Amino acid sequence: MTRTIARLALAAAGLALLPGLAQAQKNAPHNDIAAQAEQVFRSSFRADNPKYWMTRLDQDEAMRLCSQYRDNPPPKMRAQIEKAQMATIRYPVEGKLIGDWKEGEKLAAVGTGGHIGFIQPDPPGRLRGGNCYACHQLAKKEVAYGTIGPSLQHFGKLRGNSDEIIKYTYDKIYNSNAFSACTNMPRFGLHSWLTPEQISHIVAFLVDPESPVNKD
Amino acid sequence: MHSIVQAALAAATVGLAGAALAQGSTMDEIAKYREMLADGNPAELLEAKGEELWKKARGPKNASLEQCDMGLGPGKLEGAYAQLPRYFADTKKVMDAESRVVHCMVSLQGFTQEEATKNWFSKPGRDSDIEALVTYIGARSNGEKINVPARHPEEARMAKIGEHIFYRRSGPQDFSCAICHGQEGKRIRLQELGNLTTQAGAGTAMGNWPSYRVSQGAVWTMQRRLIDCMRQARWPEPKYLSDSVIALEVFLQKTASGTVMQTPGIKR
Repeated sequence: MTRTIARLALAAAGLALLPGLAQAQKNAPHNDIAAQAEQVFRSSFRADNPKYWMTRLDQDEAMRLCSQYRDNPPPKMRAQIEKAQMATIRYPVEGKLIGDWKEGEKLAAVGTGGHIGFIQPDPPGRLRGGNCYACHQLAKKEVAYGTIGPSLQHFGKLRGNSDEIIKYTYDKIYNSNAFSACTNMPRFGLHSWLTPEQISHIVAFLVDPESPVNKD
Repeated sequence: MHSIVQAALAAATVGLAGAALAQGSTMDEIAKYREMLADGNPAELLEAKGEELWKKARGPKNASLEQCDMGLGPGKLEGAYAQLPRYFADTKKVMDAESRVVHCMVSLQGFTQEEATKNWFSKPGRDSDIEALVTYIGARSNGEKINVPARHPEEARMAKIGEHIFYRRSGPQDFSCAICHGQEGKRIRLQELGNLTTQAGAGTAMGNWPSYRVSQGAVWTMQRRLIDCMRQARWPEPKYLSDSVIALEVFLQKTASGTVMQTPGIKR
């Protein structure tokens, strides 16, 4: 009985989503080319690649829609993506969202890890960081920062360190698409690129008044 | 030629000087650049080796590559690279410079595909004939305008496939080519990023290959460049000469058409 109700509810939810998506698909240009391109892309990789490598080519719903709309989905779809991504966010077991800014500072600078392949893969166990400086200005003393993302210098100084700001910062790093569908920023928590604990350290680096992001 | 190299080196040195202020570790790189200012672009050595390989009778058929058709007719190399990739009626495929050279090594010289592509890129202690040949062929388009209008239906299809792949997001960092190369005036750390969706940006990116890469101590071909982009995106590497890579090249060359090639180049 309960199971039937649950099924009905799921079916209804599915139906509610469908009209919007079906409409979007119809409006998307080059659908036949997209199908051909997917086939060409998939067949461009070695058959003896380990399976887990090949899963990196898979797209979840957000990736698929962002690709299709070149990171600029129509407003309704944008809202749908953000809502669905918000629901993916998980928190540290002990519930502490702000950790040690010194650990966060280290993680923000590390750009290695996660490279696969036959030519130049990362050695096993290579440290995987947040690589925040690739795209963001953070502590004043680090001048080798990228500009793909906005400057986050004085992040906490400007916003304070209320529970609300701490949660927003954690959530944004865990799943950036929950706030801005198809943003350039990776979804660090969703992909388990960073652990919830590591994310809490980066939160501290951004928010803690003692962190060089805010102090200098 | 020499003055172009020197201008490029001077520009690179100025860029590096800025970086060095930021990071003391780049001092070694500056030393390497200075060394090269004296010696010229190391890619020119490879170009000379490529010419030798092009003209030398080799392989089971003991033939040279001089009758190889790179798109403008057998043996016609002047400006050929700047018009690649293109559709070839004999293979019924859109091919880039590298896939065409390999095709000629197989059809004219009798090598197997495996033999021809075994050393498609060099490593310390392992030279790559393909790198040398492509550097030689590329240099025959130095000063030429990139011209890949992609008018043949197969070329047009490949350009669209390349465009699709350019915007395709996947992997543990949600990357696509467009994330880094779809905006104007951005950089990663201190590295400036070209906007490959514009003619000027794509021109800067495409017109210098094959290029000597100082950080790698080797000449990289376009295939090597794009395959490494995929590695950096944390994806698996596409196969050498695969259609994905060629499609991306068609898309980028089409966008870059009208800009002038300066090759062999020298890059970070």
